[in-house]
Formats: sequence, C-alpha cells, structure tokens
Amino acid sequence: MSGSITTPTNNKAKALGLHLLIIGVLAASFLILPDYHSGIIARVLILAIYAMGYNLLFGYTGLLSLGHALFFASGMYGLGLAMQYLHVSPLIGLIAGLGFAAFVSAVVGFLALRTAGVAFMIVTLMFAQAGYLTILLLGEYTRGDEGFVIKQSQRIVAGFDLTNATNRYYVSVLLFAISLLLIGWIVQSGFGKTLVAIRENEERARMLGYNVQLHKWLAVVISGTMSGSAGAAYALLFGYVGGTFATVQYSIFPLLYVLLGGAGTTIGPLIGALFMFYLIDISSQFTSAYLLVAGVALILLTLFAPQGLAGIVRKRVIRWLP
Amino acid sequence: MTNTKDAPLQPNRRRALKTLAAGAGTIAAAGMLPGLPGYSQAHSAEPIRIGFQVHRTGIGAAYGRWYDRTTEACVAKINAEGGINGRPIEIVAEDDGTDPKRGAEVVEKFASQHNCDVSFGTLFSHVVYGSAPRAGELKMPYFVVSEGHHVASGKLNRYTLQPGITDVKSQVQAMAPFIADNLGKKVTMIFPDFAFGHDHRDYFSAAFEAQGGTILEKIAIPPTETSFTKYFPKIPRDTEVIYHVMVGPAVLTFVKEMGEFFGPSSPEIFGFIDSLEAVDMASPGLEFLEGSYLWEGHPRYAQENQSEFDKAYREAVGVDENGASISDSKDVSTYAHMFGCWETLHIIKAGMESADYKTTADRAKLIEAVEAMTDMPHSHAHPQGAKVFNGKTHQTFGHQYISKVSGGKLVLAHTTSIEDTLYEDEVDYTQQSF
Repeated sequence: MSGSITTPTNNKAKALGLHLLIIGVLAASFLILPDYHSGIIARVLILAIYAMGYNLLFGYTGLLSLGHALFFASGMYGLGLAMQYLHVSPLIGLIAGLGFAAFVSAVVGFLALRTAGVAFMIVTLMFAQAGYLTILLLGEYTRGDEGFVIKQSQRIVAGFDLTNATNRYYVSVLLFAISLLLIGWIVQSGFGKTLVAIRENEERARMLGYNVQLHKWLAVVISGTMSGSAGAAYALLFGYVGGTFATVQYSIFPLLYVLLGGAGTTIGPLIGALFMFYLIDISSQFTSAYLLVAGVALILLTLFAPQGLAGIVRKRVIRWLP
Repeated sequence: MTNTKDAPLQPNRRRALKTLAAGAGTIAAAGMLPGLPGYSQAHSAEPIRIGFQVHRTGIGAAYGRWYDRTTEACVAKINAEGGINGRPIEIVAEDDGTDPKRGAEVVEKFASQHNCDVSFGTLFSHVVYGSAPRAGELKMPYFVVSEGHHVASGKLNRYTLQPGITDVKSQVQAMAPFIADNLGKKVTMIFPDFAFGHDHRDYFSAAFEAQGGTILEKIAIPPTETSFTKYFPKIPRDTEVIYHVMVGPAVLTFVKEMGEFFGPSSPEIFGFIDSLEAVDMASPGLEFLEGSYLWEGHPRYAQENQSEFDKAYREAVGVDENGASISDSKDVSTYAHMFGCWETLHIIKAGMESADYKTTADRAKLIEAVEAMTDMPHSHAHPQGAKVFNGKTHQTFGHQYISKVSGGKLVLAHTTSIEDTLYEDEVDYTQQSF
C-alpha cells in the first residue's frame, strides 16, 4: 500500500502509537515533576480511568448516565469492605471491587435500559441516589457519610508499599495504561464500531441486524466495571472509602471531564480530568468562587468548542484520533 | 506505618536532580551565591507556616467562616506576643470544599507545594478521614478541630491529633448523668440516620443505661427528609425526655413541627447545639425550644459568671455577648466549636517551643512534645475551660456545658466535670513508629 493512503490498519497503528506515547510521557514525567504535581497526576489518572469508563457509555454509545457515582462507589466499597471485614489482600480486594461493580452495573443496566433518553438519565440518577442512601443505611458497616480508612499496613502488595509516592505513581500509570489500551482496543473493534453506530442511529443499527439492547447492556457493564475499577484503585492508593463518592456530584464529575476533554475520544477523559483539576486548583488560590470559574469555562467550551479539547484536535489536526 | 525496609526506591535521575538542588541550596544558604545574600541570617525569623484546611464552600461553609475568623484572631494575638520561638505564624489557607477528596489534595498541597510545617483546622469528620491517611504518609502533623471520635478510636495515625476540642463520645456520655438526674429516666432519641447520628445513638444509649435510664425508642430520620410529622407518632407516650440531634437546614422545620405536634404539654427536650450553630435563637419556629436544654461546647451567650479568658477571646474574635458578629448581629457564630482553632494554635505554639522546633525535620519531636502534654489550665490559651490531654489517644478531654433556653437566650445550667467525659483508651498511638 502507498504510504499516502490512510487505511483502518494504519489508523489503528497510529492510535496505538499515540497511546503508548502518552503512557511513556506519563511514566517519564515522574522524574521531572515536583512532588506535589506527581501526587496530583497519580490521582488524576485514577479519575481519568473513571471518566474513560463513563466515556464509553456517553461518548461512544450515546447514553447519558447521571448515576456513575454508584459504579465508582461499588468498586470502592467492594474493595474496602472486603479488606476491612474479610481481611483479604489488596489484590483480592481489587478483584472484589471489580466483581461488585460489574454485578451492580449489570443489574442497573438491565433495568435502566428499559428506558431511553431523559428517562435513562433520571433512572440512573435515582439508582445512584438509592445506592448512596443504602451506604448511609448500612452505616454500621460502611460508616456512611463519614467513611473509613484503609490503613497503611494493609496497603502493601507482596512487599510493594502502595503508600510510597513512587510506587503509587507507577501503579496509577499502570492502571491507566491498561484502561487506555483496553478502551483503545474496544472502540476500534467491531463491538466498538457497533456502539458508535447505535449512537449515530439506533434504528438503523437495529435494522442491520445488531442486537442493540445487548450491545447497550454490555456497554453499561464495561463502563460501570471500569468506573468501579477507578473507585477500587482510589481506595487502595489513597486509603479512604466514603459515601461522599456516591453522591450526585461524583456522577457529574466524569460528565464534565468528558465534555471538557472531548466525548468519544480516547484521550479526552485524561485531558478533561487534568484541565478540570488544575482549573480548580489554580482558581481556588484567587477566589472561593472557583466552581463558578469552572462553570464559566464549561459554558465557554460548550459554546465555542462543543466537541471538547480533544474533539477540536481531531477536527482540525489529527483526524485519525480514536 | 511504613517500615524502613519499604523505603521508596527513588529513580536515579530524580535523586540526582534533588542532589543538585540540595547542593545549590546549601551554597545559597551559606551566602556564597551572589544575589542571594543573608539567607542564613534570615532563617531564624522565617515564619512558621501553618496549613489551614478550611471549609470555605460546601456544607461546612458556616463553620469555616468562623473557624477562619477565630484563626486570624488567634494568629494576630500569638504574633503580637512574639510568635513561636520568636518566629511569626503565617497561615496558608486552602478551601477543601468540605469534601474528602479535595481535603486530601489540600493536605498534599500543604506538604509538597506550600512547604508548611504543620496543618490544622479540619472540622467535618469525612474530610478528616479522607485527609488523615495522606497526612500520615507525608509525615505532616495534622491537628484536627473536628470533635469526631475518629482520632481516639485508633482509626487514624500518629501524625493526626485532636488536642484542642473534645470528641463526640466524651460529650455525649457526659450528658447522661445530668439528664438522668434532672430531666427523666425514659428517653426517646431522634437522630439523623448517618454516622453522626449513629455515634449519638450508640454512645448515649450505653452511657444512659449505665445511669439506670431506659431508651424507649430510637427514631432514625433519613437525611433526605424534609418533613418530620410522620415520625412523631412513634414517640412512646411515657417518654419523659426527647433527645434530638438533627442537623442541617431542616432543623428549623423539625423544631417547628415538633412544637405543633406536642403543643403546650411536651416532654422535657434535650438537644445538641450542633443543630443550631450559626442559627439565630430568635429564628421563627425556635420559640418552641423555650425551656428546653442544649449541650454547648462553649456557651454562646456571655454568662453572668463569664471568665476573663472568655471575655478576652470573644473580644479578639469579634463576637458580641449574644454570640453574633460585632459588625452584624444576624451573623451568628459557631461558638460551641470554633474555640478549638484558638486552643489548637496555642497547643501548636506550646509544642513547638517545647520541642525547640526549627524545621520540618523536627516534626516528630513536635508530636512527641504534644503527646507529653497533660493538664491544660483554663487560661487565655484555653478560654473554653481546663483540659486534660491524653497523649496515647491524641485526644483532649474537657468540661461540657448544658444551657437552658430562657427568654430566647441560652443560660448556662450545668457544667460537667472532666471526669464525666473520660473513657477507656482505645489506642496507644505512641507505640506507632514515625
């Protein structure tokens, strides 16, 4: 083939190259970043995983959920409760978190997908609120709104101390890398293309013979499980499990990250999470109305760059951006 | 705690950069680089940087506003008196949004970006829980002003201390003798159905039953509730005392609806001022509380026997005799809690001076110095009252106040002993390594 002709295979290779480059830059950044920023990047990467999970459903499948905090909290509590009460190792805890998030998202997906559009948003919001109230109701075990700490001594995997700044950073990068490569592979697979087809025209996809309901349900399960993995990772790396993470604002965060970064792009969630964190961190030094600043930024971006930052890049510079 | 054998393996390049930076710093400190003269002389007068984790936004904003004012007033006083070991205090305030994630980020910012010596000020328990692990990992002394039982329960770490305010367990159990002796032996509890309410439910029940009393009913109210009329019929007819700890914006509705339910013949009512912090006692609906009793961490209204220490503290912070801002009588303070900032800052000062604190390398010495503290007499540094600090549990114990609502004001009716507030140690943080 001529080098000037763009083929799907070329694009896949380019996308993989871009993802590996981003992972490499993140891995190398630790060597030059000041301590504060390397700590922050570790946290942002976990939040970016959360947003990547959200993006699969919103950006690629076209389903706007307002209840993803339920999945994040499911992963967090799945790991936290298993470690707290069953005294399992962090790795088993991580599996418990993933399993619980997968189970919750499978059930919620099964029920919520009986609706569509605005009703889907409301039903997911209601499920998340029910999840939050359940956490409060089971306060004897979950410690409700107050939450509980996973002690430093519990957060060691085979002598590898996850509370150490270096280790935490590279575990964050590793988890982010797995998630990014997985998402990159999914969205370029036949399954991912079908999700995009459903997003673009659900009826046409159905007419072409795709099992739309099954695809949407699988998208909810994968999206919820990935968001749950972020919740479990947060608990493990930062030592805290709490009901706050199941509140509605934590359902809004990934939506904002994705809108800012670029819905339907693999790198948009990372860009959005980074942008939002530093916007709040910097503006809070000047005003206590920093959420207003974030709101204005979101409005401006929606007005002038509705595709988000990565969306602009895809539109104007890198058309093969996955 | 992190074992030394688990010490991080820093990448070589980073270590090299740090070594270079340290070398340059050493040369600069020695005054050998042109353009950076006198750093070594200036060192002794460098301010002590205290990171102030403040709830400026979110549900804790009313508390944060007054914690802020109290902190500013206290720092002005300490600095006017010569600071800490001759060094002035500089407050580095960061809003945590009353959110545990942001709280942890703020602690990281204090430690890694602002180069603070210590951090302090957090009130809401979930922010303490979210932040304390990072404080421990960063080896940043974290002085909380929260009244949660989290510190003394042993769930946190050696770097987290609560020396300036008593905890909910001691407060609640100290109420039991007064209620049993003066108000009645049969209590119905009404509390919010989350951790704060559960603490009251569990600690008060145990303490009250130890006094020979009976808890007739425990009525948990879901946090999303906005109307309470359906819960009042659950109150048993032979209830002698209603114990309530409702919090949040719905508290005014709660009191109003309870008043309408009982009319003029209600049982005795006992509550916690947490429900009404920053709320004007003259607010419509609160007239039903006339004759009822409230726990106060520190009496909001200046009492007849006001101490000289309370008078000076009140004046310094800018609070009038009714507990409101001297510049705005509608701006009611969070008087029952905010003294904790004042007292904690004085304890940090005393600890640093005792430890001869110079740099962040002395943080462990500071914690040991605070752990060694015991009696804290009623004084200008402790205007709320005398305290006894338990270095093992990192928790202070002190007098509690019970006030009666009389003529729309809170009049002190009883002061508990410190002994009433004590309980068995649940942890010994001094056994944990640094």
